[in-house]
Amino acid sequence: MSEFLSIAISILFHGLAMAMVLYLISVGLSVTMGLMGFVNLAHGAFAMAGGYTLVILMKQQNLPFGVALIAAIVICVILSLILERLLYRRLYGGDELDQVLMTMGLIFASVGAATYLFGPVSQSLEPPAVLRGQLNFLGRDFPTYRSFLILCGALLVTALWLGLERTRFGAQIRASVDNLRMAQTLGINTSRLFTAAFALGSGLAALGGGLGADFLNVGPNYALEYLVYFLIVVAVGGLGSIRGPFVAALIVGVSDTAFKYLAPQYGAFFIYAITMAILLWRPRGLFGQSA
Amino acid sequence: MTDLSSRDLTGDRKAVVDAFARRHRFKWYEAIPWIAAAACYFLFENYHALGAQIFATILFALSLDLLIGFAGIVTLGHAAFFGVGAYAAGVMAANGWHEPFSEVLVAAVLAAGVGFASGLIVLRTTGLTLLMQTLVVAALLQELANKWSSVTGGSDGLLGMKIDPIFGLYRFDLFGDTAYVYCLAVLFVGWLLARNIVYSSFGRSLTGIRENTNRMHAIGAPVDRRKIVIYTISAALAGVSGALIAQTTALVGLNTLALSKSGELIIMLVIGGIGRLYGAFIGVPLYMIAQDRFSQIDPIYWYFWIGLFMIFVVVFARGGVLGVFERFLQRRRSR
Amino acid sequence: MSAPALQTKSLVKRFGALVVSNDINFTLERGARHALIGPNGAGKTSFVNLVTGVLTPSSGEISLAGENITDLSRAQRVKRGLVRTFQISALFKKLTVLENVTLAIAEREGAANDLWRPAGHHRAIIEEAYDLLVPLGLADEALRPVTELAYGRQRMIEIAMAVALKPKVLLLDEPAAGVPPRETGAIIETIEKLPGDIAVLFIEHDMELVFRVAQRITVLVQGAVLVEGTPAEIADDPKVREVYLGESKH
Repeated sequence: MSEFLSIAISILFHGLAMAMVLYLISVGLSVTMGLMGFVNLAHGAFAMAGGYTLVILMKQQNLPFGVALIAAIVICVILSLILERLLYRRLYGGDELDQVLMTMGLIFASVGAATYLFGPVSQSLEPPAVLRGQLNFLGRDFPTYRSFLILCGALLVTALWLGLERTRFGAQIRASVDNLRMAQTLGINTSRLFTAAFALGSGLAALGGGLGADFLNVGPNYALEYLVYFLIVVAVGGLGSIRGPFVAALIVGVSDTAFKYLAPQYGAFFIYAITMAILLWRPRGLFGQSA
Repeated sequence: MTDLSSRDLTGDRKAVVDAFARRHRFKWYEAIPWIAAAACYFLFENYHALGAQIFATILFALSLDLLIGFAGIVTLGHAAFFGVGAYAAGVMAANGWHEPFSEVLVAAVLAAGVGFASGLIVLRTTGLTLLMQTLVVAALLQELANKWSSVTGGSDGLLGMKIDPIFGLYRFDLFGDTAYVYCLAVLFVGWLLARNIVYSSFGRSLTGIRENTNRMHAIGAPVDRRKIVIYTISAALAGVSGALIAQTTALVGLNTLALSKSGELIIMLVIGGIGRLYGAFIGVPLYMIAQDRFSQIDPIYWYFWIGLFMIFVVVFARGGVLGVFERFLQRRRSR
Repeated sequence: MSAPALQTKSLVKRFGALVVSNDINFTLERGARHALIGPNGAGKTSFVNLVTGVLTPSSGEISLAGENITDLSRAQRVKRGLVRTFQISALFKKLTVLENVTLAIAEREGAANDLWRPAGHHRAIIEEAYDLLVPLGLADEALRPVTELAYGRQRMIEIAMAVALKPKVLLLDEPAAGVPPRETGAIIETIEKLPGDIAVLFIEHDMELVFRVAQRITVLVQGAVLVEGTPAEIADDPKVREVYLGESKH
């Protein structure tokens, strides 16, 4: 029994850490989807950029972890703003197919760019000394870095939710997701809102990509390889929902960890099967607006 | 209405109805790809193997065009059916069944079966959820092929395939002479089938679904059933394409089911032009020949430039090569 | 055969706490010209969506010519003769006028299930589509893409497509919405010329059209039927004046 408990705690712990990473990366995708109806397949590229920048700044510039992380976010936000102005903006409200095609092109470009800049081998994150090793909690050892990840994630998620609930910007986003035309007639500058939401989503993705580098290996194929996870989190959570993806990320993180631990011979099989089952049951996702 | 005007009207009527009813007839330019393919056989003798790959991939892209371009079903997992076909033919060929046409047939049936079964589930949704589900189906199959290594060879790929000569006469040689003709012939049959579907009443109703799904519901079309039918047919064609590649390269790997495979295919189709039936015939050769040349010089840059090019096509050259060409013709005519 | 063309019994639709259709009992007689009016947000379009099967009712029953169709799919309802048009023109914009109508007829005739024969071989369908366009004055534009036509003309195609399905019951969702005033006349004429055996229910804000065409009018307010009667009765009803026409008589 105690062995069972120990395994369960371990699965929950690692699953939770993974869920935090998945949520941070994916929530921006859900918002751009809900707000602008934009299918941004290249969202993962921002997470990859975050991961690379963090790792490179720490390794080559010897910047401390915290500084490098903030720098990574800033760089990715700037990058996303440029791309938003240059490319995304042209396809707002346009054909879904064009959005898919354009962002698919971005993915491939990101693969090529990353291979060229950083080589084909994936980069590993070296956490600072403080975050290495194990942390003893209630007589059990937990990896320090993942504990930090969970704590960090929990703080960020709380901040994000409070921010969206309490601030004017958050209210505008929620209103616009709910009814864009109404929001426009109420005088909300939706164009600026889009840009801001896009930048926020990309920044969070960069943060998730950076922090989560020990779950999701930072390699050139990042945006392709993990796309399925991000899409699952958003679709299962419910498009445009802020909290839905969190629940979905929990389901994906915990069950993925559980199956990989308990039945590694089946790989990612179960997680895909569960995803299909959930969408068969609720085609609009767990928290999607029902018809 | 006077007699005269009604007679004029009937004249008009015949002209209009005729114009409308004759759209499916073959036009002269539809012969171009086939003449070009025949000419290339003699002009580029050292590239027959590449030619065979191109033909098989055109069939693959054509099957995707039926979904994206005509029915408006945007999928990220079309490689699923290609992979099923490739593995079906490959597993047969590696396990004692060496006759090529029957392998293609089995590949088509199996791929159609997977298409039908997955279509029942994934086609209930649209947009991002549909993208995700098509992707998951392919990922699921890839994981299956990876873990079921006793049959598929897992991550090492399937080796040891043997293919009999076609009709017992034409052996698959190293230079790809047989493969060239074989793939071209199968592509021709596949193209005839796809062309027929596109111009049939069923095909027109698919266009209706792409243009306005709600309206199709409102005129009483069984939209879901239509989508499943075309999804199944498209899957079968993709399966045939996979079987061709397996037979002519004697190699099947996990990458046949990968997202990058689906993604590349989409890019090829976009370059040629989506929803035009001939986009595949232009985009695929352009892409594959460029890749063949380019990746010898600098393989790392390839994805970068192709991605950039794709963005350029979507943002600035909508409709790909054929789209740009159409606009060019229109502008000249309106002058 | 005395059952009304369309009938709803205690039709209710809820979205959570929001009730968009509240116990609607409605009858559309055969061959009727019936208008459904009400202020914005009264639940008129929701009602059409429930009847045509876009929405599933929370409770209640819908019957078409006496047959219970509550659980039928959208396509099955159309096959039984229940046809609608849309508030905002919902045509196949890139396709030609003729093709739009042809699609509808091909669907009615079941030709659209034909995977093999070219659409052009179903010649009778194309001819029928063309003949439908003639009285609407759309014949000259038969081969032009719909987008090139003025909005009022597009609304006519909308009606032509609905008629092409040979409906028993035709639901017109704001047929004159967005149409410039000088073009509404043509639309009123088109509706007036519809075959007498089709029962027509139309939702409309244009009161000229309502009072000119309708034999009966139902007023919907906040998802419920406020009152039903002849145009004269509705025009004189104080409740209607208060709620709908915005006048108050105290």
